[in-house]
Amino acid sequence: MVAFRGRTQPLGTCAKPAYAPAVLRMRGLRVTYGAAPVPALAGVDAEIRRGEIVGVLGESGSGKSTLALSILGLLPKSATTAGYIWFDEMNLLTLEERDWRTKRGAQIAMVFQDPALALSPVMRVGDQIAEVLRAHGRTSTQAHIAGLLNEVGLADTERFYRAYPHQLSGGELHRIAIAQALSCRPEIVIADEPTQSLDASKQNEILDVLQALNRRFASTLIFITHNPALLSGFADRVMVMYGGRLVEEGPVAAVFHKPLHPYTKALLQLVPSEESCKRRGGEHLPAIPGNLSPSDYSAKGCIFASRCSLKTSVCEEESPGQIAPEEGRRVSCFNYVH
Amino acid sequence: MVDAVTDVDFEIASASLTALVGESGSGKSTMGRCLAMLERTDHGDIWFRERKISELSDGEMRALRPQLQMIFQDSARALNPRFTATEIIAEPLGVQRKLSGAQLRSRACELMEEVGLSRNWADRRPLEFSGGQRQRLAIARAIALKPAFIVLDESLSGLDLSTQAQILNLLLDLQKAHALTYLLISHDLGLVGQVADYVAVMHQGRIVEQGPRQVVFQNPKHEHTQALLRSVRPLENWSRAAHVGGQS
Repeated sequence: MVAFRGRTQPLGTCAKPAYAPAVLRMRGLRVTYGAAPVPALAGVDAEIRRGEIVGVLGESGSGKSTLALSILGLLPKSATTAGYIWFDEMNLLTLEERDWRTKRGAQIAMVFQDPALALSPVMRVGDQIAEVLRAHGRTSTQAHIAGLLNEVGLADTERFYRAYPHQLSGGELHRIAIAQALSCRPEIVIADEPTQSLDASKQNEILDVLQALNRRFASTLIFITHNPALLSGFADRVMVMYGGRLVEEGPVAAVFHKPLHPYTKALLQLVPSEESCKRRGGEHLPAIPGNLSPSDYSAKGCIFASRCSLKTSVCEEESPGQIAPEEGRRVSCFNYVH
Repeated sequence: MVDAVTDVDFEIASASLTALVGESGSGKSTMGRCLAMLERTDHGDIWFRERKISELSDGEMRALRPQLQMIFQDSARALNPRFTATEIIAEPLGVQRKLSGAQLRSRACELMEEVGLSRNWADRRPLEFSGGQRQRLAIARAIALKPAFIVLDESLSGLDLSTQAQILNLLLDLQKAHALTYLLISHDLGLVGQVADYVAVMHQGRIVEQGPRQVVFQNPKHEHTQALLRSVRPLENWSRAAHVGGQS
């Protein structure tokens, strides 16, 4: 028996009501960087519901990081945008930088892939978190900060409060970055590949911390990753992105059990499983043929057509819109697997 | 002072894909570097094809280097950003004085195509390639000298799943074509479980378990191996009534 990680929550449980109000709405979200010939995001329609953990699943070129930057108002000035992102009765795409000061950190916060990006090397951890709290008019006492450090599972708060980042391990720094991001109790936390550099066991610990905090504070978490396995037993819903488009969306359990889009299906086959670990030595993995290329973007048909095993002639002529084959699920494919 | 690697007895079978797994700090990268003759051991012997390589002179090592190559994790840092693709691939051939001039470039282009890169990109620099393409470049450079043994030190970490699969398939093809022996160093047991013939598990500088992949994965004996396996996050297997393995 291969003792892979067991379940952390019962099958099919979505602890959040399926119809929680939307806290963020994207319509026709389109982003192009500078003079780039292709858009990074090509018209995304999606809603993020209050209190949920949404996984944004995509590989290089999917637009997942651009999505995060758009929500946080961190796109470069040279980027052109279209559509809107509704949050707190405002279109985030049109916010001035001075309006962002009260939003970023306080209402929407980010946990970066590399905690070094969030932490100054020349300040003690406690002072840094205090600085963030003061900037947003929150309590910044040592006791309060010790409480925040406890929330992310750091017990020896005195040591961490006084430490400089270089004195701490990678896993500890990730936890501190999370504590800092959550310090002002933002409504939305965006985490962009926050566990990539960590070993699997540390990765799981960080996911557990994020999940516990999501449940405790009913905050919304947008978790960006290229690895479907991280969303299993962690996220409530998944948005699958490819070439700047949303190709499939639905509850994690449903999408992973029965993926509708050929890309989702092919991607899930690459996740290690007890079955795949019985593969004979030297046997090929079921790689998705080809690559996302510029010509896929300019094709009038489906962006995934050039790599798709279910492609038919209509796929090269027209771009599939969004179809809702079931309640709560959407897919962008003419020949979706059903 | 802590030993990075202690009391290790380890054999790598010819033409196999042997995996060395463990968490960061387990000593696996140090092992890899010693086996690729990039670091000297304090005690103990390393044998490569009946020859004791742990006590060679610099000159003798240089003569043997073509046969033992290494591919690193971060190709953006491992490849010289100022060199073009063909210059990167051709450099070891030039250093070892195997070829020169036009022959060098021609051979470099051949190697590019062998790893799935278009020769039209011969004059591009590493940062103009994607992460997966850069790893292909690193592989082309590694096989340029027709090695017998390649250490892959976390060479697939940080790549997208689909890129990882393509690169692995390339490596498997090259292994068959050139009778290569691989040592795959990785903390990702899921990845290792899909391709390795043999697996050795390191923990705090020691090998705590080793054996054929199926045996180690199906019947792990050491608690650290079991812990590593338990931390792999598979997609749920929905058709099963009960989950396997239990909580970590």
